[in-house]
Amino acid sequence: MQAKMIFEEDAESDPTIRSTKVDKPLELELDIGNLLASDPNELNLKHLKSKNPNGYLQSLARDNTQLLINQIWTLPFERVDDVVIAKLPKPEYLLPREKPAPKGKQMTKWETYAKDKGITKRKKTKLVWDDLVKDWVPRYGYKRAAAEHEKDWVLEVPANADPFEDQFEKKSEAKSERVAKNELQRLKNIARARKVVVPSAGLTLTERPDKTELNQAMHVAKKATASLGKFQQKLPREKPLKNAGKKRKFEPLVQESGKEKNMNLNVLDNVMNKKPLMATEKLVSRGLREGPKEPVENSFEESEKRGRRGGMKGTKNTKAKKGSVRKGGFKKGRAAPRSKPKKKRQ
Amino acid sequence: MGIIQRVVKPKTRRGKRALIKREAKLIENTKQCLFIRGSRTSNVIVNCVKDLTKLKKPHAVFLNRKHDILPFEAVNAVESLTRKYDSSLFGLVSHNKKRPNNLILGRIFDQQVLDMVELGVENFKSLDEFKNAKVALGNKPCLLFSGEPFQTPSSDFYRLKNLFVDFFRGEEIVNIRLQGIEHVLQFVAVENKVLLRSYRIILKKSGEKTPYVELEEIGPSMDFVLRRTKLASADLFKSACKQPKELKVKKVKNVSKDVFGSTMGRV
Repeated sequence: MQAKMIFEEDAESDPTIRSTKVDKPLELELDIGNLLASDPNELNLKHLKSKNPNGYLQSLARDNTQLLINQIWTLPFERVDDVVIAKLPKPEYLLPREKPAPKGKQMTKWETYAKDKGITKRKKTKLVWDDLVKDWVPRYGYKRAAAEHEKDWVLEVPANADPFEDQFEKKSEAKSERVAKNELQRLKNIARARKVVVPSAGLTLTERPDKTELNQAMHVAKKATASLGKFQQKLPREKPLKNAGKKRKFEPLVQESGKEKNMNLNVLDNVMNKKPLMATEKLVSRGLREGPKEPVENSFEESEKRGRRGGMKGTKNTKAKKGSVRKGGFKKGRAAPRSKPKKKRQ
Repeated sequence: MGIIQRVVKPKTRRGKRALIKREAKLIENTKQCLFIRGSRTSNVIVNCVKDLTKLKKPHAVFLNRKHDILPFEAVNAVESLTRKYDSSLFGLVSHNKKRPNNLILGRIFDQQVLDMVELGVENFKSLDEFKNAKVALGNKPCLLFSGEPFQTPSSDFYRLKNLFVDFFRGEEIVNIRLQGIEHVLQFVAVENKVLLRSYRIILKKSGEKTPYVELEEIGPSMDFVLRRTKLASADLFKSACKQPKELKVKKVKNVSKDVFGSTMGRV
């Protein structure tokens, strides 16, 4: 006790040891969590507006900092590795957040069902004993595909399956279907969480569907019954859908004996027996009867000027008119004036 | 985790980590700041913004290229840049005859501008002009606010104080090394100006347990003149300040400590 008193006496008399007391008319509002001190006291405007306010500002800062440090030193502190640490309280001064608080994750369809039924998750082991390979095989993840590949070198054809069916293809198709189904269910869960309305049938919603979309939607709705739309009533003027359910079909490779030959012959007939749009024999015979006409000067150039391209074209109903045919008829061998070839857009 | 709820899943682990960093969290990351150079600047204001970046490192980025952005006319450009850099504080500097040495400070909430304040910088003294030892990078500064305008809720300075605290407070920490309290930033509001001064704390022995504080000015030092403001409405600000329920400290009922320090419970 005595020693302490001596020390204090020394402190008071010694000018080098200063007091940490600061007197202010109004208390500072301290938020230690933010190391923030707000001073409500009035300022000395005369000093502030003078040419050099920095001296006054520094002394003001020193006083306020002293009060802040005094408060910090009252906090509980611990010593960690020769370092003294104080535990700061939670910041009180309210500051806005960066982003709004996250909403909790909504439960998926399975999770709600499992919760209702009381089904708990059971941890599965990574390695599974496989009798074929006679080794521990990973159930998922690293080296699982390799393990499957070892067993995959041969696939048995089951008794009730078509002998010509490709089992490997069937397996890979089944897998891609499972993956697609899983992806669809994941997206559905997300849509449910975000409360986005997704139609269960294959049609996506559009705000203003046009005639064809409405028609398609109606037909899909009709088919979506237990008997696949067989007993649905038809509207009086309802038109059946074109190519409904039709996929692109090809003829089988091996057909009946005469069928392929007949098909090819039909194609040949259609090509060879094409009737020209104008009756060539008639025109030729008429031309022979009437004799050669006066050659029109610069007939080729004139027709070029008029911009006729290629051969004479006619519609279905045009008949060969007298005088409308030029001598030499179709411009055989003469390249018709063509328009400039269109440059490819880059 | 919000990541699992995305339609398009991240393809790489690095991408996944980047998305997790950016998503909304209960306890948020330290606010990043984006300083942008406007289309026309002066030496003074560029040095000012470079000093501010130094003050706020490593949570600040300075885009030195000239950007033709006018925040008070079109906020979209600022919003898209801050979205890209995942920063919720921004500062834009420019200089023209009408608004010399202009500094626009603002903050973002939910990818949209919350507050924006235009300040004119006068009497700027940079860090280099104070020839003395500085404070270490990343040091959490003490913030001092003095002056009547900061106290009155109706004035713009009340929200400006909030903005300054948001800008300069640094990381939110629980423990602090007592020797590490080295930096002080002082904001003094006089009429329509705010005087910013920055000091280094030197703790000296005193007769008591608490040390005696001595200050040394290290800079930068500048005077802000308040020009235009675009502040959020009271409702928007309130919703932005809303803290999630999970962070509320739960009161433990029917448990108390008696004089001897042993915990007593009530059934």
